[in-house]
Amino acid sequence: MTQPETRAAAGHDGAPDVEPGRGASGPSAVEHLSRLGPLIGLIVLCAIGAGLNSDFATLDNALNVLTRTAFIGIIAVGMCFVIILGGIDLSVGSMAALIAGCVIMFINWAAGALGSPLLAVVAGTGLAVVLGAVFGLAQGVLIAKGRIEPFIVTLGTLGIYRAYLTYFADGGALTLENALSDLYAPVYYGHLFGVPLPVLAFLVVAIIGAVILNKTAYGRHVQAIGSNETVARYAAVDVERVKILTYMLMGVCVGIATLFYVPRLGSASPTTGLLWELEAIAAVIVGGAALKGGHGSIAGTVIGAILLSVISNILNLTSLISVYLNAAVQGFVIIIVAFMQKGRR
Amino acid sequence: MSAPGLAIAFDGIVKRFGPVAVLHGVSFGLEPGKVYGLLGENGAGKSTLMKILAGYESPSEGRVLIGGKPVAFAGSRDAEAQGIVLIHQEFNLADDLSIAGNIFLGHERRKGLFLDEAAMRAEAAAVLAQVGLERPADTPVRQLIVAEKQLVEIAKALSRRARLLIMDEPTATLTPSEVARLFGLIARLREDGVTIVYISHKLDEVERITDEVVVMRDGRLVGRAPTASLSRHAMATMMVGREIADLFPAKAPFDAEAPDAPAALAVAGFTVPGWAQDVSFAVRPGEILGFAGLVGAGRTELFEGILGLRPGAGDVRLGGRPVALRSIAEATRQGLSYLSEDRKGKGLHVDFPLAPNLTLMALERYARPLLDHGAERAALVRAVEAFGIRTGSLSVRAAALSGGNQQKLALAKVLHPEPRVLVLDEPTRGVDVGAKREIYFLIAELARKGLAVVVISSELIELIGLAHRVAVMRAGRLVATVEGAEMTEETMIAHATGTRHDAA
Repeated sequence: MTQPETRAAAGHDGAPDVEPGRGASGPSAVEHLSRLGPLIGLIVLCAIGAGLNSDFATLDNALNVLTRTAFIGIIAVGMCFVIILGGIDLSVGSMAALIAGCVIMFINWAAGALGSPLLAVVAGTGLAVVLGAVFGLAQGVLIAKGRIEPFIVTLGTLGIYRAYLTYFADGGALTLENALSDLYAPVYYGHLFGVPLPVLAFLVVAIIGAVILNKTAYGRHVQAIGSNETVARYAAVDVERVKILTYMLMGVCVGIATLFYVPRLGSASPTTGLLWELEAIAAVIVGGAALKGGHGSIAGTVIGAILLSVISNILNLTSLISVYLNAAVQGFVIIIVAFMQKGRR
Repeated sequence: MSAPGLAIAFDGIVKRFGPVAVLHGVSFGLEPGKVYGLLGENGAGKSTLMKILAGYESPSEGRVLIGGKPVAFAGSRDAEAQGIVLIHQEFNLADDLSIAGNIFLGHERRKGLFLDEAAMRAEAAAVLAQVGLERPADTPVRQLIVAEKQLVEIAKALSRRARLLIMDEPTATLTPSEVARLFGLIARLREDGVTIVYISHKLDEVERITDEVVVMRDGRLVGRAPTASLSRHAMATMMVGREIADLFPAKAPFDAEAPDAPAALAVAGFTVPGWAQDVSFAVRPGEILGFAGLVGAGRTELFEGILGLRPGAGDVRLGGRPVALRSIAEATRQGLSYLSEDRKGKGLHVDFPLAPNLTLMALERYARPLLDHGAERAALVRAVEAFGIRTGSLSVRAAALSGGNQQKLALAKVLHPEPRVLVLDEPTRGVDVGAKREIYFLIAELARKGLAVVVISSELIELIGLAHRVAVMRAGRLVATVEGAEMTEETMIAHATGTRHDAA
């Protein structure tokens, strides 16, 4: 990362105008390589996994890994927008937990009140998305209009959301009634053309996210603000609106992830969604997004999320490193990648 | 300060940043105890050369000699140890520290483990007396006005036993009486044998204070001569490298025949608290209106107020319609575009490729509803052609362009929403002479096509060559609008500084 070619290709920093050599010819070989890095890492990891345990390279295990990736992956797509914008959202794990709790309480109540368990479940899934949007809107307004650092706002809401869940659950767990749980279960356990529904949802969210990021004016504005907010403001970009929309989009992603998560266990407790923010942020960063904002890719994020799941899966299947150290691995990964990004400047 | 000044020689200095050389073998000498005026346009290489001398940069080739002996500085501290101090255009003062704290920053006097505050205050008071700043040494720098900060910088240099002092545009923010005081100080330092390199665009000051003039252009030394032997016109011609007249297009007469037609932009009684008071002006389609004034006169702030970037109030009309602009986005929708003076901080996304920069202000045109990357690229091809943007490939980042080509891209960008009024703030800052000329011709062409153009500039020659009329601001007020034969440097400077010397 210290070679000049790498620096020129990466071009993360605002290069002074006296260095016209920078990126003088489109994306270089090195740049292509750095884009392929996460994918190569994933392939290498899979090869290692297959070598260590014969159960790894099975279709069942692959679908299992992808299904468990889906929650974090969907959240990471939203996180990718937030990080490209130059922001951060530390609250996503707590937000998921609170949304899960609220949805469970709502479905349990609505099944009786509406008289239709099916309607209650359908309305509950809608509520998950609406709650995510509302929480995101509140955070976005505080960040954009209130001009508070996103780190502070989402650190505060991280505590608030989880505390309210713990309060609603009275320190224990909120659980779906059995009949309702069975009714809701296919959303997590069901398949379409042999693909688990959460994986399909992950795919759809990622594709929509990629289109929004690369092919809409809003997506361009997100990148412009992350690259240089002042320049964006002077270029007639409505910075506040874009910021609020982005945190809403983040919340909607959390809502979607949660609506697929609830039927998995049918309950929410104070440990639900613990450290999801770490894994989601790590997925985005491993996927090649710049921590200081400006650029990143949805495809990279998807690969990053799968890569982290594969690591966790390998830890589960082998005794190489204790599975209890899974979060530590993610923590190390995030710090190492951030360090490498610094070195490139 | 009885230490003698330094004899400096540059021997074939070459400085490259990546593949681009900004200094092409500069050689000349400076004698001790003289005041040198270092002249050259933005981008001529003056600042880079002085940064090499002061240890902030090291030369790619060539040597710096002090008293005949080659030296190699590893950093500015090495240079300071030899008595060479550069006073930056932007001050390097820590606002929260006291004057004494700043003067001794990095060179603190200690008594055992602890700071020797009393000794530092006493020494600081001595150098403050020398520069004529009547402030207690424990005053926080935050409380000082700009001119006082300038004096603190000089006091800091003196406390380091400076024997060669480099001043970069030291009077940019000073009032005439403060300038007079600074010149008195420079004269005293010269008597003490200190060598002074004085960088300035203000040729009258160079004429007043320097013994000899050294002129650079495009990274080369193009001439030196005793100041007394040169007229200001000769200095300017040496800097620009051609007769000034060739630099500008002929002024097209704009249609002033229809005074009843509404002005493209009319501003009446506009006030930006703390920056501009009760400013009124109008610019008609096809007209180029210049804005002159000292740094801090409130020109940029006035327009930021009009554009809704800072609080301000007044009557603003576009094409006769009253408007209240609250953001650049709104201004752009109403047909008013603004090019900031700060190209890298506010003008361009240097990390972005060219096409997204070009289309950012008019992106909705390319969203149907998904962005049409092909159309964006086609627009870039047209802009590269129309604005003469020189680039190796169309997919480079904006950072890869030279300053002049970046500026042409920035100009193309603000014109992309097809405005009727264009406000250009320092449109040729940091741009070489060739690109300057191209930009002047572009601006004149835009006006000929009916655009109303406002040009804010600190280069009076530019305004005289380009504008139909020039509004001069002083301390937040529009004090005069000059046109025709009145558009001379002398008249504008007189208005900008105030005829009486007590003007703030």
